[in-house]
Amino acid sequence: MFADDFQPTVRRSLLSILIDPINKQLSAVNGLVLDGIGCQKAYRQLFSGVTVSLRAGQGLHVAGSNGSGKTTLLKIIAGLSNDYQGSIGWRCSDELNHVIDKSDLLYLGHLTGVKSLLTPLENLSWWVSLCLPAYPIGSDEITQALQQIGLNSELNTPCHFLSAGQQRRVALARLLLSQQRVWILDEPFTALDHLGISQIENCIKRHQSSGGMVIMTSHQVVSNVELINLNLADYQQRPN
Amino acid sequence: MLVSANENFSSYRVFTAILFRDLTVYFRYRGSWINPLFFILVVITLFSLGFGADSQALRVYSPSIIWVTALLAVLLSLDSLFKTDFDDGSLEQLILSSQSLYLSVLAKILAHWFVTGLPIVLATPLISLILGVSFEVLPEVSLGLLLGTGILSFIGAIGASLTVSLASGGLLLSLLSMPLYVPAMIFGVQYLQDAIAGWPLVPSLSMLIGLLLAAVVLSPLAIMAGLKLSVEA
Repeated sequence: MFADDFQPTVRRSLLSILIDPINKQLSAVNGLVLDGIGCQKAYRQLFSGVTVSLRAGQGLHVAGSNGSGKTTLLKIIAGLSNDYQGSIGWRCSDELNHVIDKSDLLYLGHLTGVKSLLTPLENLSWWVSLCLPAYPIGSDEITQALQQIGLNSELNTPCHFLSAGQQRRVALARLLLSQQRVWILDEPFTALDHLGISQIENCIKRHQSSGGMVIMTSHQVVSNVELINLNLADYQQRPN
Repeated sequence: MLVSANENFSSYRVFTAILFRDLTVYFRYRGSWINPLFFILVVITLFSLGFGADSQALRVYSPSIIWVTALLAVLLSLDSLFKTDFDDGSLEQLILSSQSLYLSVLAKILAHWFVTGLPIVLATPLISLILGVSFEVLPEVSLGLLLGTGILSFIGAIGASLTVSLASGGLLLSLLSMPLYVPAMIFGVQYLQDAIAGWPLVPSLSMLIGLLLAAVVLSPLAIMAGLKLSVEA
């Protein structure tokens, strides 16, 4: 009798430790904070004093002209570049925690990390093993994600036979499997058709409604997703 | 306890995923493993022709010839070790993975060694035949090449990680790797000379093993730093 009551709870707690060590620890987090971010490149101050705070479920649209430093800012937030001023961190209740765990970030840059010699299936399974190794995501779910994003007959075709838009979809299929809290998307809509764009917009909306955060750049008009606008032109130093 | 067991499993999963993915890529692009093998066989054949009828001299110089050609074959193939990953953005994903980059780097070099170093080791009988090295010392020569190509791959990968972001880093890669290759070269040639002459092998063999172990353990640290620097630029 007692054992029957006890078993499921134990199993659930063990599972939650096994499967979900990160989210459990982060349940107290309620926002991402960028505090006075500045960056200098080739003796030129790209931007300085970028200060934003994102709460769970919010999104940030980084705007700016070509060369204004959008990609640089995204790389800084993703932790790929350490050459910046200011600080980035989680706000947990009242204090700021400067350590952002890599397993909370999904970064999708201009270069998507899709290998042209591998098939979409192999590419996505590799990414799942690399970035979500602690989650039991099977090959069925990977196939399903690729089909959902519109790759049906191309699952086992090497990616160099696919069009630019289809290759982009292979990379974007990661969003459907993602367990990461913050998505950092650099021009995700490049080479996508209208249907693809609305699919990704829906995907972002779903992520936001489940408490995730999005930071993205796009030259297309993002109409269906609620995003805070951050124009990097406001943070540029005027030439004296 | 459970969490740490799970983390071990995750690291293992990442390691095997990278190893098998790289091997798949290498086998689909045949040039990656045929080129070094072809290079070493062609150069060694040319050497044996160049020495003409003087087979005694060829036998004396065969340790150096084997080592220099193996070194150049590995060096030529190293340019591509991180290059394709850098070009298509996989390297960024690798660095952003929450799992240890140290293991990822180890997996990548191991996969690279499987397609460049291992074919050279397997071709030892052919190399011995061309250079007129006695088949009685075949196991010793193979072991020397096994340890040697491993050292060359791991040390050369440091240079590859630093030059990956350059459009044509080939020359810089050789310049960076050469000084690091010198100890391996000296002890490697010494070992092969001892083996062919039938002298005791323990001193030079233990030096080679020591160099390999040091390279396996320490070079990923330098490579990690090099890769992070290259991605940042």
